[in-house]
Amino acid sequence: MTELLVGSKKGLFVLRGEPGGPFDIAARAFPGDVVEYGTRAPRNGRYFASVTSGFYGPRLMYTDDPTGEWEQAKGPVFPEDIDDKTIDRIWIVQPGEADGVLYAGVAPAALFTSTDSGETWELNRALWNVPTRPEWNPGAGGLALHSICPWPGDPQRLAVGISAAGVWLSEDGGQTWRTGYKGLVPQYVPDEERETTHALCVHNMHRAPQRPERLFLQFHGSVYRSDDTGETWNDIAEGLPSGFGFPMVVDPSDPDNAYVIPLTADVDRVTPDGKVRVFETRDAGGSWIARGDGLPSGDAYLTILRQAFGHDGGSPLGLYFGATSGEVFGSADAGASWFSVHEHLAPVTSVRVSG
Amino acid sequence: MCVSPRRPRLPRMAVVMLRAPLKDRADGQGQVDLPGDSLGEVLRELERRYPRLEGWVLDEHGTIRRHVNVFVDGERGTEDTSISADARIHVLPSISGGSRS
Repeated sequence: MTELLVGSKKGLFVLRGEPGGPFDIAARAFPGDVVEYGTRAPRNGRYFASVTSGFYGPRLMYTDDPTGEWEQAKGPVFPEDIDDKTIDRIWIVQPGEADGVLYAGVAPAALFTSTDSGETWELNRALWNVPTRPEWNPGAGGLALHSICPWPGDPQRLAVGISAAGVWLSEDGGQTWRTGYKGLVPQYVPDEERETTHALCVHNMHRAPQRPERLFLQFHGSVYRSDDTGETWNDIAEGLPSGFGFPMVVDPSDPDNAYVIPLTADVDRVTPDGKVRVFETRDAGGSWIARGDGLPSGDAYLTILRQAFGHDGGSPLGLYFGATSGEVFGSADAGASWFSVHEHLAPVTSVRVSG
Repeated sequence: MCVSPRRPRLPRMAVVMLRAPLKDRADGQGQVDLPGDSLGEVLRELERRYPRLEGWVLDEHGTIRRHVNVFVDGERGTEDTSISADARIHVLPSISGGSRS
């Protein structure tokens, strides 16, 4: 059996079923609230959900049983001395490489760390205090730290992606940070500004665990790969119907294998040509293959959000994504064929495989 | 001259009315008597007494959340609103809230 955590605009859906057929709703938690992200920490099996009430604000919840009661974490919240900021949204919760360590990325763009399995959280002040921060500007979804890439086996090395403030790298456990801007081309700013701007709109970023110096990045208008830990980036979008998009999966067992779901353009954020297709590369971005067998192939204009594409880590790789139409799709054979996991859910914000 | 001893001043008590989901996080109490001279003090005492409400009405800087309305004896209050003895305080979601969802 496979278990999915599907965040939506109206709560968290826990879906369970056998790959190939429809899944059942095992639980719906936080009805009425936006669940930005749901995930499960592999080390201790704890579940996390970032929940945003339109009235009562954002909070991080955790449980050992997603069909039961959830506890509220103490944080992430900004400390008192940062007196003009409050958390708008918790974009991601990412397990770290040391026992009990988790990271949370929030808007306005900040990184928080927990060392007690997510119960309490502390602001990473080094990233908060980088001198260029006053020049950072938000993307359409806010000034968001949404991608966190630990380095397998090395808790000191970390890469984070910020919309719209680029890639930031640390090799000392987050005590100091430097940019990883080189090669990213912000086509939405004038040519003469491109070398100096901080307005680098990263949409998603993932590390290849089997070759951790390699990262894949979905940018605002193109797709990139770095083979030098995020220092420099190479455009790999040729062969895609569009360079624009948000969701991304990197195969944890094959550093040449990655998946994106392009959207038409920033001014038309739907699947291109009315076809729902996942694009796979098996050669690290040298070429792309459309994977749409079993997906809507005509008159289908779906929007798949940033965190709404996940995998099961298996071999062959199981893939799952959800759309704002409330449909969830899955593939048990690394994208070769697809099936309907569920439909008629609320607009899907995130999809992660939890069991 | 005879000076009468000053009596210790007791904090004013207000009655705070809660609805779901706040009531659920206050151990099911829909009406809570709380001390405080200002609305901010009363709401901080509410969080102290019911830690599961922390961050729900006040943000991390002690400010009433933008989409929460707090009424003191029928008037919209702020953190600095004075609390009279036996004030009745209603904590309600704003009709402007929830627009993202």
